[in-house]
Amino acid sequence: MDKQPNPVLLDALDPLITALRIGGFRVVGPTVRDGVIRFAELSSAAESPTGWTDAQEPGRYRLRQEGELVFGYAASPDSAKRYTHPPRTTLFRWDKGPIEPEIDAPPTALIGLRACDLAALAVQDRVLGGSAAYRARRAALFLVAVDCATPSAVCFCTSMGTGPKAEAGFDLALTELSEPHRFLARAGSERGAEILAALPHRASAPADLAAAADVTRTATARMEPRRFELDGVKEQVAAARTSPVWEEIASRCLTCANCTIVCPTCFCTTVEDGTDLSDGAAERVERWDSCFTFGFTELGGEPVRASGAARYRQWLSHKFSTWVDQFGEYGCVGCGRCVTWCPAGIDLVEELERLR
Amino acid sequence: MTLEMTPIPYRVRSRRADRAESVTLTLEPAEGLCPTFEPGQFTMIYAPGVGEIPISISGRGRFGGYVQTIRAAGAVSRALCRIEAGDLVGVRGPYGTPFDMGASAGMDVIVAAGGLGLAPLRPVIRELAAHPGRYGRLTLLVGARTPSGVLYPRELARWARHFDIRVTVDRPDDKWQGPVGLITHLVDQIAIGPRRTYAYVCGPEIMMRATADALVRRGVPAGRIALSLERNMKCGLGHCGHCQLGPLFTCVDGPVVTYDHAAPLLEVPQL
Amino acid sequence: MSVPKLAVWKLASCDGCQLTLLDCEDELLSVAAKVEIAYFLEASSFKGRGPYDLSLIEGSVTTEEDLHRVQHIRRVSKHVVTIGACATAGGIQALRNFADVREFISVVYARPDYIATLEHSTPVSAHVAVDFELRGCPIDKRQLLEVLSAFLAGRRPVIPEESVCVECKERGNPCVMVAHGTPCLGPVTQAGCGALCPAFNRGCFGCFGPLRSANAATLAGLPGVTRTFSDFQEAR
Repeated sequence: MDKQPNPVLLDALDPLITALRIGGFRVVGPTVRDGVIRFAELSSAAESPTGWTDAQEPGRYRLRQEGELVFGYAASPDSAKRYTHPPRTTLFRWDKGPIEPEIDAPPTALIGLRACDLAALAVQDRVLGGSAAYRARRAALFLVAVDCATPSAVCFCTSMGTGPKAEAGFDLALTELSEPHRFLARAGSERGAEILAALPHRASAPADLAAAADVTRTATARMEPRRFELDGVKEQVAAARTSPVWEEIASRCLTCANCTIVCPTCFCTTVEDGTDLSDGAAERVERWDSCFTFGFTELGGEPVRASGAARYRQWLSHKFSTWVDQFGEYGCVGCGRCVTWCPAGIDLVEELERLR
Repeated sequence: MTLEMTPIPYRVRSRRADRAESVTLTLEPAEGLCPTFEPGQFTMIYAPGVGEIPISISGRGRFGGYVQTIRAAGAVSRALCRIEAGDLVGVRGPYGTPFDMGASAGMDVIVAAGGLGLAPLRPVIRELAAHPGRYGRLTLLVGARTPSGVLYPRELARWARHFDIRVTVDRPDDKWQGPVGLITHLVDQIAIGPRRTYAYVCGPEIMMRATADALVRRGVPAGRIALSLERNMKCGLGHCGHCQLGPLFTCVDGPVVTYDHAAPLLEVPQL
Repeated sequence: MSVPKLAVWKLASCDGCQLTLLDCEDELLSVAAKVEIAYFLEASSFKGRGPYDLSLIEGSVTTEEDLHRVQHIRRVSKHVVTIGACATAGGIQALRNFADVREFISVVYARPDYIATLEHSTPVSAHVAVDFELRGCPIDKRQLLEVLSAFLAGRRPVIPEESVCVECKERGNPCVMVAHGTPCLGPVTQAGCGALCPAFNRGCFGCFGPLRSANAATLAGLPGVTRTFSDFQEAR
């Protein structure tokens, strides 16, 4: 987009959801399910988590009703990864040669992504951009971001430089404002601008822009106690390869792999080969894997990283050190999911500080 | 459209059971031509329904196919070793960094192979033997567990025209008259002009490190010692994450790396 | 090639794992087409003669007779696969291994002198070589079919050694421990069930046995986990 038009005000989300559905997208957004706020296919804004918020801390997540916001919660247990890099896909079947399935990439509008989620998509683009299936699924997405107003106690996007305001990589971005309740909406792409123009909207006033700036300022301030200095972390983590801290962390780590699976940038996969019992045709499936699983580095029947310490070191070092060697950026976006969803409550920000 | 993770059907043109309990296959695409490869590169070979493993390319067959040597170790390699001439397998690649043949031009060259490590070095040796004027003194050191574990015995005899070849084994049989023990002993026995020597090394990791260390002790710079690393690989594309060794995706940043890069990584246990 | 012969054997067990094979229903026809089910008393009283290409053994070794039977099964079988927690780990009846079985017998049975049993309940692998151990209480139908397919195709079964959490997250469940405070053995338990219990908002209770390299001590130390299991003990 050459020129950024002024943001406009939307009074409700339903027209947007309807417009996206008419435009051929399945609309996926946040909803309350099984005691968490998570992504699911939505047919109307009534299914969104209006008036719900979450309290997150290491190893703990609870919902409670509070306020009037639709997007008044922090990171969900799920991320956009499920839609760009699904947990399980069939790569091909083989019957005297490969038979490739159609790439399953239905046009999907994701509503409610935060700046950290957008940053994670950008990270994934660099890692998995060589995969045609990934590119197809990525191209099928219409992204509606929301500026984060309510980071949780584990969030640290300001330290990673990825949030809380959505700066790029979206089709539409919303800032949710109160008193009166409204959304300040801006387009980040041509098609975003087209959709926005077709929605019932009002012009924004300077006061709306000031309120939106306040949202980001407040969110930033909420993460201040957790802020850490990123400079030097790459070198410090690389230098800590033989630190005793890894063993100590391993004594608390369950090696259950939860952190990697909820992480929006963790991309590791394995393949499973099988044969159909009825027709004998072979099939190959790709599924999420984790550097915490025992067999991940198996070589000649034994894992290279047999110890929990080596596996935790690989994970944290990859995020904050070797990812930079490989891709020129960090593998962490500061969403805090790995901290909340670690059953043992291991906080990588704390561990990082101990390693420096 | 063929996606990057989909193998291409290759036919087994020939199959030879080696003395060294390995099988050497020549694989040709069922349709079309075999892509070019450079010494040190590998392909992912797929045994339908069983799985896919990285196997280094040992050369070109008479009709242009890939010559690849496989030892039955896991389920997939066992299945590939059972395969017969005429059967179909899947192949992706070639992948990975090659042995840099230009880097050793004008120098004395030492090729050191441990066990099956001779397989990826075979195209290096053939390249060196094909252009003797381009290189200085050529030495080939081979280590194997047993005398019958030495790969490509007939070719070794032919390569002796160009190379000073020395073979050592761990467990000699009654007929063995050559050296017994580690390949590092061979390094200690040969004449080395450290400033004009380049080394290509492949074998088990412990053998490569010991050999490279022995060469470094003799004054060969670590940056002129090329190794071929082995890690668990599922994709060959840097997408699956399994083969990481510190900052390296072994499948795309390796398998061939020079020892100055590899040594600091290999010395950290379980990296 | 002749049709491979399958045998299904039972030692000390509840029959649930064998039943999983019968539960395969649709796929059972495919299995029956690929193999000759030569010996499977739960399905048929017909006793086909060995040797067998594949023997599935359910149950643990708890009697002298079992001991002789596993030796016999091994002798007449090309491949032996144990199915379920009893055959693979000794089962619930292995609780006797931590106490005096004679005391149990005296308390439980009206005529203890009728009971002939070994001191310990042991897995099949404690006595004979086993080609593959399939976990679960009971085993999972998909995994059983995978093991059968793999042995028919001469490949290694794809039975991932990962925690229940991996399957749980793959399925899209929120973590019941983190989100609800429900104690769950998922992080230290091997996957295989498809995270069945957490999918219904219950904690995992470890049917598939310990994850390889599990850090159970840490899980037991987490707030709530030991308390719940000790409450369970007291309530008993």
